[in-house]
Amino acid sequence: MADHLLEVRDLSVRFHTVNGMVNAVNGISWHLDRGETLAILGESGSGKSVSASAIMNLIDMPPGEITSGEILFDGQDLLKASEEDRRRLNGKRISMIFQDPLGHLNPVYPVGWQIAETAMAHGRSKTEAYERALQLMERVGIPDAKASMGKYPHEFSGGQRQRLMIAMALVLKPDILIADEPTTALDVTVQAEVLSLLEELQEETGMGLLLITHDLGVVAEAADRAVVMEGGRIVESGTPRDLYHNAQHPYTRKLLAAAPGKGEMREGAQTSAPILEVRDLKKSYGVFDALKGANFDLHAGETLAVVGESGSGKSTIARLMLRLEEASGGTVAWKGEDILTKSPKEMGKLRRQLQMVFQDPTQSLNPHMSVYDIISEAWVIHPDILPKAKWRARVEELLEQVGLQPEHALRYPHQFSGGQRQRIAIARALALEPDLIICDEAVSALDVSIQAQVIALLGELRDRLGIAFIFIAHDLPVVRDFADRVLVMKRGEIVEQGPVRQIFEAPKQGYTQRLLAAGLDSDPDVQAERRHARLALADA
Amino acid sequence: MKKMLGKRAVSSFVSLMVLIVLVFFLSRLTGDPAALYLPVDASEAMRENFREIHGLNDPVLVQFGRYLSDLVQLDFGDSLRKARPAIDVVLESFVWTLQLALITMALVTVAAIIVGSIAAFNVGRPFDRFASVLSLIGASAPDFWIAIVGIVLFSVNFGWLPTSGTGTVWHWILPICVLFIRPFGLILQIVRGSMINALGSPYVKTARAKGVKNRPVIFVHTLRNAMLPVITVIGDQAAALLNGAVVVETIFGFPGVGKLMIDSILQRDFNVILAAIMVTAIAIFIMNILIDIAYALLDPRIRA
Repeated sequence: MADHLLEVRDLSVRFHTVNGMVNAVNGISWHLDRGETLAILGESGSGKSVSASAIMNLIDMPPGEITSGEILFDGQDLLKASEEDRRRLNGKRISMIFQDPLGHLNPVYPVGWQIAETAMAHGRSKTEAYERALQLMERVGIPDAKASMGKYPHEFSGGQRQRLMIAMALVLKPDILIADEPTTALDVTVQAEVLSLLEELQEETGMGLLLITHDLGVVAEAADRAVVMEGGRIVESGTPRDLYHNAQHPYTRKLLAAAPGKGEMREGAQTSAPILEVRDLKKSYGVFDALKGANFDLHAGETLAVVGESGSGKSTIARLMLRLEEASGGTVAWKGEDILTKSPKEMGKLRRQLQMVFQDPTQSLNPHMSVYDIISEAWVIHPDILPKAKWRARVEELLEQVGLQPEHALRYPHQFSGGQRQRIAIARALALEPDLIICDEAVSALDVSIQAQVIALLGELRDRLGIAFIFIAHDLPVVRDFADRVLVMKRGEIVEQGPVRQIFEAPKQGYTQRLLAAGLDSDPDVQAERRHARLALADA
Repeated sequence: MKKMLGKRAVSSFVSLMVLIVLVFFLSRLTGDPAALYLPVDASEAMRENFREIHGLNDPVLVQFGRYLSDLVQLDFGDSLRKARPAIDVVLESFVWTLQLALITMALVTVAAIIVGSIAAFNVGRPFDRFASVLSLIGASAPDFWIAIVGIVLFSVNFGWLPTSGTGTVWHWILPICVLFIRPFGLILQIVRGSMINALGSPYVKTARAKGVKNRPVIFVHTLRNAMLPVITVIGDQAAALLNGAVVVETIFGFPGVGKLMIDSILQRDFNVILAAIMVTAIAIFIMNILIDIAYALLDPRIRA
């Protein structure tokens, strides 16, 4: 067998949990060579990160247990090496970066020291370590690197923190860099920049890159080869182009089919007068203007998407409209009446028509209430909707409407998966028979295949019940499939708005163009074109 | 950091002012001070004389002004029983209490951090179980009972330690041991939980992925983060001891501020009580600022 730089053979890892033994990965094998990028693609629970943890000796044993296999690095089996030998490899020859850079940087030490520590842990002198740290911070594009060395992680933006993590990992020029969902928490434009940086650094150092991701777009953009994981097994492997055009395994096909941004765009026809007119809506926090005067309309049954990067003010709009926060100025006319001047009592009645579904269903559902209580609570607050005798039947009906079973009514939120919980949150919103549902990143936390199901459900409800949606999202492909009209926001301002086709096919503003070019497409060929477009825009 | 400390100082100062005002009006609300200060069988003439001397016949606001100006000069009048300035009497006792509290808290902090950390490294193992039971008993056992059992065992039965007083080093051992138990139990639990949290945190994972050795992972990366919630509790417990460990000081005849307060209340030595309240309040005020400084030194996110 040909020798590879890193080879995982027949690896099985299981975890002892309160519910018995869980096999995290089952006899998986893959390899990585110098200068190559291998992607491990999978959804949550697929075991895609487990082999990386095993390589880095990060699996706690117990509860974890490696039951079979070997991990060959430079011909040496890591699983047979001593703890000390493995520590010497970590950070020096094999490095790793993670999804959430804020959590993965130590909050109480300056970043310069944290980067230098990698070198010092492997016997470099303090002077040399700090010199390398400064060089790398400059290389990864931290502005004013010298002064930034003394700053703390919370003083940087999300993208900068991930750059710092990369600097920390590359101080000693490792042979292999493992990146576990390195861009998942980042805005699209930042994601594109970080992926480009990784690629440049790979060309400079010739390191092998292992990219763990759930995102087909990342695979299409960055990987030379990919393995697809499901339920702890590798179901398929190949080049991104092979996988995209010739997927053999049903799971791979399902993933590809679920990838958003490939469907028909909607041609929204505005016939009626608007039900919602927002004029010059503003919000300031002290000297910071979160929203600098938003103007837009919404028609009955229409879906308006609000897109933008973090800090663009898109969630602020929703919070102001529902009076979860008080606006600093402007009007929000709902069916001709200004919401912002309503008394708390009048507002309470109005809330019935305006409902919201949040990003994280785990946090937005009370864990101590059964599904029945969660859904029927709405009728306790608005008793005129439904007599109590009919509650049970209506809860069951709603559960069926969102694709759950009537008997789920007696269960509690923790007994459901993430996608099911979001369905419960939707059922709760529907219980009040609203005219408008605001979805604030309602599908962002869900796996791609689950996301597709929830979007399909929302689309069905829209068509059947004629509900209008304000759909706040950072994920452009989802918006492309679901929205009638799109608002593009940047730093508290609406930079462009129009029908979905116009925004996606003929964007007028430079910012919209950059945003679209930064988005990753699951088709490697489309993605290659988009990449050229992105680089051209960057040069221009 | 300066800004934060300034804010904290102002808010502590405001609470101190509220306390000062409350103390004055409460002492007036509880009835005629002459009745409080003088023995029950004092004659009406004596009472009138007392009121005249202490200006109790003046309007309340005039009295309040005098009270404030006395406070600023730390003049609380004389102790009625000891015929010395009340503040001197209180400060004398307070020095004893301060020593007792500092020694106890230093021991508690060191012991709780060591035992709590070892427990956290051995979650679910016998040492951890043992530490948890120990801390639960410690945190819930009433100190008067422990004090009495301690005296019976070590002073009466074995005759190793003196029962009360302050003459020698041996006199300190029992009070410190008794005061040690409750905060030790509490802080041990916080250290353990906080350490477990920090050990499982993403930045510890990063440190291991960087190839940092075990020892610095624990002492550099984990401990400092784990100490953040612990410091607050240490502050609370130290404040409770500074207030005067009334029960323990009384049982061991320890001349601290707690015992002084009880004695003064029984003897109606109102000036001393007032002085004691002010001194302990200021001590706690200083304590809180020290805790804030420690917190800010450990956590850069607070300094902003």
